[in-house]
Amino acid sequence: MGEWWRQVLLITRREVRDQLRDWRIVLPIVGMTLFFPLLMTLTANAMVNYVQKFGAEIIGERMYPFLMMVVGFFPSSISLVVALESFAGERERRTIEPLLAAPLDDAQLYLGKLLAVLFLPVSVSYVGIVVYLVGLWKAVHWSPPFLTMLLVFLLTGLQAVLMVSGAVVISTQATSVRSANLLASLIIVPVALLLQWESLNLFWQKYSVLWATAAVVAMLSVVAARLGIAHFNREDLLGREIDELNLRWLWRAFWDGFRGGAHSLREWLGVAKNDLHELRWVFLGSLVLLAAAGALGGWLTARYFPPSFAQQVQIADLHKAFTSPMPLINVPLMNWRAALAIWLHNVLTLTVASAAALFTLGVGGVLIAMLPFGIIGGGMVFVGKSGLMSPWAMLAFFILPHGIVEIPAIALYTAATLQMSASLIAPSPGKRLGEVWMYALARWLRVGLVWVIPMLAVAAVLETWLTPWVVMRYFGG
Amino acid sequence: MLRAIHLAKQFDGFWAVSDFTLSVRAGEVVAVLGPNGAGKTTSVRMLVSLLRPSRGEAWVAGFNTLTHGKAVRAHVGVLTEQHGLYRRMPAEEYLDFFARLYGINEKSRSERIERWMRYFGLWEFRKQRIANFSKGMRQKLALARALIHEPPVLLLDEPTSAMDPESARLVREAIAGLRSRERAVLLCTHNLAEAESLADRIAIMRAGKIIATGTPRQLKDRWLGLPIYEAATSHPIHNLPPLPPQVEVLQAVGNILRFRSPDWRHYNPLVAQALVQSGFRLVYMRELPRSLEEVYLKVMQHG
Repeated sequence: MGEWWRQVLLITRREVRDQLRDWRIVLPIVGMTLFFPLLMTLTANAMVNYVQKFGAEIIGERMYPFLMMVVGFFPSSISLVVALESFAGERERRTIEPLLAAPLDDAQLYLGKLLAVLFLPVSVSYVGIVVYLVGLWKAVHWSPPFLTMLLVFLLTGLQAVLMVSGAVVISTQATSVRSANLLASLIIVPVALLLQWESLNLFWQKYSVLWATAAVVAMLSVVAARLGIAHFNREDLLGREIDELNLRWLWRAFWDGFRGGAHSLREWLGVAKNDLHELRWVFLGSLVLLAAAGALGGWLTARYFPPSFAQQVQIADLHKAFTSPMPLINVPLMNWRAALAIWLHNVLTLTVASAAALFTLGVGGVLIAMLPFGIIGGGMVFVGKSGLMSPWAMLAFFILPHGIVEIPAIALYTAATLQMSASLIAPSPGKRLGEVWMYALARWLRVGLVWVIPMLAVAAVLETWLTPWVVMRYFGG
Repeated sequence: MLRAIHLAKQFDGFWAVSDFTLSVRAGEVVAVLGPNGAGKTTSVRMLVSLLRPSRGEAWVAGFNTLTHGKAVRAHVGVLTEQHGLYRRMPAEEYLDFFARLYGINEKSRSERIERWMRYFGLWEFRKQRIANFSKGMRQKLALARALIHEPPVLLLDEPTSAMDPESARLVREAIAGLRSRERAVLLCTHNLAEAESLADRIAIMRAGKIIATGTPRQLKDRWLGLPIYEAATSHPIHNLPPLPPQVEVLQAVGNILRFRSPDWRHYNPLVAQALVQSGFRLVYMRELPRSLEEVYLKVMQHG
């Protein structure tokens, strides 16, 4: 293992030295390490002085940590450029072949390059933050709380890892730097959104949200790095000469995956049945994951909602909730329109989760699927604290009558999403990333169409008629 | 040392190589000749385990290219058509980097770097950045890289293509000096003179398939017929003396006699003897040169 890593670090060292020999990289690095942080210090001071005139000291206070993140982010954005260039550039300059012909594993090559493109920008980010903080300390004697500083350092590093992991995947799949740059929007857009999200929470000092964000970004980074290693192969780097978006080929890969080799509807349903068998262990794992989300929701509610707040809720409120027309569609329960609305709502939620899953390699989809379970867990604790009923009674009478179908449907969706991510990050010899992705997507859609959506329809019917009936009986109505 | 059996490679429905069957023994230099697009580079890449064959198998230095890719790469030196040098790196540092990748210890590393750089006449330029090197120097440095781990198998893909004649000659001389009893060399080229001057055996490739193999003489015999010999006498040959029936007379004009014989060792002395006994004085006897180019063109047309 020592020898294995020694070779990885050899590649890293060579790449870093090569970067340091390029003035086009060195100049921005010097600028971003020294001048930019000092400029930010001056900006922060000027801004704080300005807003103080209007009694808005709080904006000033929040500005310091925000600019700390900005100082860290800008240099790390260089890593994107370097990473996009890593494989595609070497391929273009035709320097990749001797390296590929060396006795190295694919993973060694990949990791060596990944570390190389991370090392300089992240180091520069950290040095920049330190310069900014030292400047700020000298100027106004401000220093961030340790945990805030740790959080910003962590987020800066993780963002860089995420960007670089994604960019290296693109770089291995692109045939030229130009095409890699064109594909970079796949990274820039989500990272820009992430940065806005982080800025917002930093201003609002929602540090718990930022810690959770760091955890998600860490997960995504690991998944992206794994995806890169899984689909990096020498053959792709040498075999392809041009980037082709072959829609017909993609459609064929998708259709083959969707059909699963079936020639009739009956056979296809058999394939879908087999999906259930294949997913059984992931399904059980998903149930555990959803239960964990419920437990977390319960724990957070117990911690952040005082019992006095819960006790303000009256039984009449719950009764009213079940007898009033549903919000938005203004239709009472026990009505077909209500069932349709519930079903559409659930399908829509899973569609949004699916869109998030596509952009986040499944992680976003799983998190959105977990969210309602957190709310249920929270709700259970809440009603328990209010003294209205036992949390288990709530589970039994409010949730399970329709949840008996809905929970497995969501667990199945979660399992299929996890399996889609797993198949993306698992090595598939002889298959291209696009092909693997189309195949995984097709299988995921098959599970959704054959099992999840119909199950949600059944659950909606139960939720419209059975659950209210059980609740009424429970309350003696 | 190198054995490929029916190696083939398909890219998106197109067979870049359809049948590459060849073996190279230790101490032997084999040239693969073929036009651009014949599949030479793809074959080399399969032999180095860079590309996975769609069909067939190959063993290099005793390792299967499919199952032991890393071991194959550790025992092969490759020189690609594009030298693939890092232009910003000094030459010595470049060789040191690759020597480290091949796991050579520090002492051997510096000794080998010096030895190969001196061998290729690059030692004085070791601290210079590769960007300042001429094409010939770069190719020699790339050769030094391919040899730094002293591999038993050397694969040279178009080592002199796109080089000026002087640089190409320098590189050819360097390659000729690499011939050793322990090393098998496979040389891919479309330069016929290079193949003829360097190789013990030649394989001709067309449209992804090896269609002819053999020593230059065997190929010439097979594709151009038996060698033609020319005898010059001191005065014109008006009456040809009786010659063995196995000797086929092609031309007897003036004082020149051209003939074919199935075994030159046996029949050529008989021809000389017959001429002398008939009163002719033999000025010279020689084999008429047959170019590999003729063979190549014939193989390309009819192979």
